[in-house]
This record gives sequence, structure tokens and C-alpha cells, in this order.
Amino acid sequence: MSVAIIDYGSGNLHSAAKAFERAAREAGIDETVEVTSDPEAVLAADRIVLPGVGAFADCRRGLDGVPGMVEAMTEAVRRRGKPFFGICVGMQLMCSRGLEYETTPGLDWIPGDVKRLHPSDPALKIPHMGWNVLHLQNEHPLVDGIRLGPEGLHAYFVHSYALEPKNPDQVVAVSDYGGAVTAIVARDNMVGAQFHPEKSQALGLALIRNFLAWRP
Amino acid sequence: MLKTRLIPCLDVKDGRVVKGVQFVDLRDAGDPVEAAKAYDAAGADELCFLDITASHENRGTLLDVVRRTAETCFMPLTVGGGVRTVEDIRGLLLAGADKVAINTAAVKNPDFVREAAEKFGAQCIVVAIDAKRVSGEGEPLRWEIFTHGGRQPTGIDAIGFARKVAHLGAGELLVTSMDRDGTKAGYDLALVRTIADGVNVPVVASGGVGNLDHLVEGVRDGHASAVLAASIFHFGQHSVAEAKRHMAEAGLPMRLVA
Repeated sequence: MSVAIIDYGSGNLHSAAKAFERAAREAGIDETVEVTSDPEAVLAADRIVLPGVGAFADCRRGLDGVPGMVEAMTEAVRRRGKPFFGICVGMQLMCSRGLEYETTPGLDWIPGDVKRLHPSDPALKIPHMGWNVLHLQNEHPLVDGIRLGPEGLHAYFVHSYALEPKNPDQVVAVSDYGGAVTAIVARDNMVGAQFHPEKSQALGLALIRNFLAWRP
Repeated sequence: MLKTRLIPCLDVKDGRVVKGVQFVDLRDAGDPVEAAKAYDAAGADELCFLDITASHENRGTLLDVVRRTAETCFMPLTVGGGVRTVEDIRGLLLAGADKVAINTAAVKNPDFVREAAEKFGAQCIVVAIDAKRVSGEGEPLRWEIFTHGGRQPTGIDAIGFARKVAHLGAGELLVTSMDRDGTKAGYDLALVRTIADGVNVPVVASGGVGNLDHLVEGVRDGHASAVLAASIFHFGQHSVAEAKRHMAEAGLPMRLVA
């Protein structure tokens, strides 16, 4: 089995790759993890991961800047149904539109917009930065066996914008930051996490293990 | 609910950990990667490396430390020190830093903060503010920005500067009292609180922690979102777990399980 982590010039993919390798090892899954900017490698991979840090528009430009990448992702994920995992801005890119600095089209895989956080308590700071717990909205294999809720494991967030899916059935988990913040989304063979699994210690590694074992 | 972050900070010089009293008289406290692993296992919420290597030629050493840390520690890492250009930021992020702290370059050219935030996102741009009290006895409190490890005054008002860089796109402010750094007398709570109440981004309190109550005060009285400390952890005075338990017992929301 092979996992392609898409490299489109958006920040560090090193720790993401290491986290996937470690999760595979812990789960006893024989997995090769490749960081790649080659659309052919994305088409050939069994699973696809789209990380992303930074501004939405900048990430979208980076992705569009790799010739054939969006087409390869669309073919592999939407037509061939390969398991896909979007992380942070990689998750946000699954939306219809990003409204950060300027309006930018997303991949439109999860209908909805990415909007600035507006916590109900004005004392809450932006970015939403640090460790928060997750609250389950819809069961999903990605969170199997992971303790969620107020006494559950923590996920590491760092973001000022969040995906607001049109369809609440596509929200697997939310976090509370002066209101519900979308934390995990899922549709068909696609999942996305707003937080950073590769920085979320126990919860993150468990989530990645579940993704690697997932047969949508 | 979002938890209060406890952040051990490692001063790194030529690839080794040091922590000086008032930024001089440095002591060697070991290999940063080993220290990072220990703090990761101990439940630190983030880790901070501040590179105090004088020359820019040694940059490769720092990048190597960051890379080796990010390979073994699945925890958020902030790296600062000597960050002058967009390329410096890119290099650190690519090596595995999650956030990059800008200090002197932001003082010299605040627009650098805007440029960095637009390029990499506000969430990874931290502005490190080193401030000293300059108000006299009986005067309203006033702090000034200092650079070069606290030696160089700038004439810039720290509170106004904090608001400005937050507005320009800093995602977090790391506020260090140069009067308190290394003294173990506790944070300059008035400084931290004045800045934290004046900006809409998280503020990390830094400089002066001597005991665990100081950490509690930083959040409760200083209104900081996170507290940073160095020496009390490095020399085994307190463990991270002990500190987090103490903060939780004082009523602060802490991440006590992974």
C-alpha cells in the first residue's frame, strides 16, 4: 500500500510524513509514504493526503501551480474513489469557496464556505490556537475507538478560518470555541481535519491509523 | 474548551541548549532534540526554540535541530531568533517549525509582519516583544521595546507596537519582560495584561518564572493564553506534569491527558 502526501509548496510535510509512517508501523500496516508533487504518483497511490498551512488563496494558487495536480486528485479521489485525507488548509480546500482575504474557489467536494471564526465570547482570541477536545456529531470509522467529548483526547488547532459545511451530515466532529467549530468532515471516500493530526500526539496517531485501515 | 498552554522554552546556541540569567552567563543544558523528546513525553503543550547564535552563517545547525526535533516529536514547535527575511521563515517552516517568531526584523520594519502573514498565514507568525519598564516612580506605567537581547533601546512604546503588529497580521505575541527575565521574580503581570487586553490574538507570557504560582498568575492575572518558562524545567526544579497539575488545581483549564 502507498500513501501520497501532496507537496505543493505549502509548508512542512516532513512531520506529516513521519506521523503517517509511525502510525502505519504501530498498526502493523505495510505502507510506503511518499511526499510528492508528481500527479502520476498521486494517481498511482492507494491513499492521498492533502496537507496545507497558510492562507487559503495562497494554498489554492500553490495547488494550481502544479500542472495536472488538481486533475489527478479529482480523477483519483472523485472518480476512482481512493481514500482522501485533507489536513488543516488541505481540509478547507475541500469546500466550495474560501473567504480569506479574497473569495477563492475550493475543490467543491464538501459544499460550504470557509469563513472567519466569530466566537460568541469577544474575549476569545483569534486564531483558535492550542489544544481542544472534540464532540462527535456523526459516527465515522475515522474516529473509531478514540475517546471524544469533554473528558476525551485533545487535538491541536491553529486557525482563524473554518469550514462551514452546508450539509450537517458531513460533519463528523466539532470543537467548541465560543460556538461549534467544524473539526472533522467526511463524505464518501473523503475525510478532512481542521486540526493537525501530525501534531496531536495520541489522538492524531490514532486518527491516522484509522485512516490507513479505512475501506470506504 | 480550549486549554491553557504550557510551553517550555529552550534557548539554543550553536545547536546546544543554553539558558542565561539576564541573557549573559550562559549555561549548557544539553542537546535540544533530547530535551524536546523529554518535554514531548512529559506532556508539554508546545515547545519553543529561541536561537541566540550570533552569526547567521550557523543557520544550518539550527535548521538541522528543528528537522530532527520535528521527526521525533509530534508536538507544535515555535522557532525564533535571527529571522529576517521571508526566506528565513520558509526555511524554518520547511524544516518542521509550526510557528516562527520574529523579533528585531519586526521592530525595524513592521510591514515585514504583514508580508509574512499574507505569505504563510497569520497562524504561524509570532512576534516576540522584548520590553522593559521605562516609567519612573509614580508615573503611569510605560514599557519600551528593546532589541539585541535587551541591550538596545528603540524608543518604541511596547503597548502601541503590540497593537500594531497584531493588526498587521501577527497570529500570536510572545511577550518577554527584560526586567524579569532570569530573575525568578515572576512575570511582569502589568505588561502582559496590558498587552493581552489590548489585542485580539493570543499572548504568551514570558520572562521571570521562578515557581509554579507564577505560571498561574500569568494566566489569571496577566490574562495570557499561554505561559512560557525555561529554567524551572531545565534544571529539574519542577516537571511539566507537576506544573500542569498545579495550574489545574488553581482552576485553569489544562490538558492533563494526551
